[in-house]
Amino acid sequence: MEALITTLKKEIIEVLNLEEMEIEDIETDAPLFVEGLGLDSIDALELIVLLEKKYGLKIETAEEGKKILFSVRTMAEFIKGNK
Amino acid sequence: MLLKNLKITSSCIICFNKVIINDKLDFVEKNYKSFPSFIKSVYRNYKIGYPKFFKMDNLSKLGFITSELLLKQDDLLSNYKNDEIGIIISNSGSSIDTDIKYYNTIKDKSNYFPSPSVFVYTLPNIMIGEICIRNKIMGESSFFISEKFNPDFLCNYINILFNTSKIKSCISGWVEYEENNYESFLFLVEKENKKNNGRNINFEPENILMIK
Repeated sequence: MEALITTLKKEIIEVLNLEEMEIEDIETDAPLFVEGLGLDSIDALELIVLLEKKYGLKIETAEEGKKILFSVRTMAEFIKGNK
Repeated sequence: MLLKNLKITSSCIICFNKVIINDKLDFVEKNYKSFPSFIKSVYRNYKIGYPKFFKMDNLSKLGFITSELLLKQDDLLSNYKNDEIGIIISNSGSSIDTDIKYYNTIKDKSNYFPSPSVFVYTLPNIMIGEICIRNKIMGESSFFISEKFNPDFLCNYINILFNTSKIKSCISGWVEYEENNYESFLFLVEKENKKNNGRNINFEPENILMIK
């Protein structure tokens, strides 16, 4: 799980162009949106594309998306649970 | 009708690994590698501190940094209300660099992943939006596409804006980016040189060409 979390943090930095950020700057349990990294709606779409492209996983509903994209840990749990 | 009291009070050019502010060479990247690394060097050199910069496409990065260096030398917009500042920019290639990047994300139907963050930059006026967000500009804005830089048109259009709208200052110029070829030239037009900064040039087509 920890390896997956580290990989996800690297991928988030890359796909969202968070160039001034290091892996250590992203807290595993902190909210990704508004607080925490302060991501926006375009970033959310980009994370949905990341899950589809790299992990072959689709988020079916907006409600499900809110839970899955809450933090790096919830994303990792979604990936692990659907492998 | 051309207004006699309009002045160009500041200018900034970014091209060929150089930054020129008010006709003075201000920064040169000696070991130039590519536009992305050059523009990042400029961002860091001037300590701009705006993380959203990294999410912008190349055209927006170029226009945004040029506007920062144009305006921030002496906080030139601080004398104006948000709706008293206009922004009129032009180029010939529109957002072609990003249009091609976006097309590359959708051209292969077996690997079809349209990128939302690329798509949002497939219009050149998004660059104007980035500059407006940063500076809270709420006056008239337009992006024009023409084969060549057209100072007569810009001069005429901006004069009409000064005559018919609330604006008392206007950012204008040319911002072009296509496959590592880039040229950005922005200037500020004001009714009077409120900050009494570097430039005080009559806003006329021939003078625009002279400082370009």
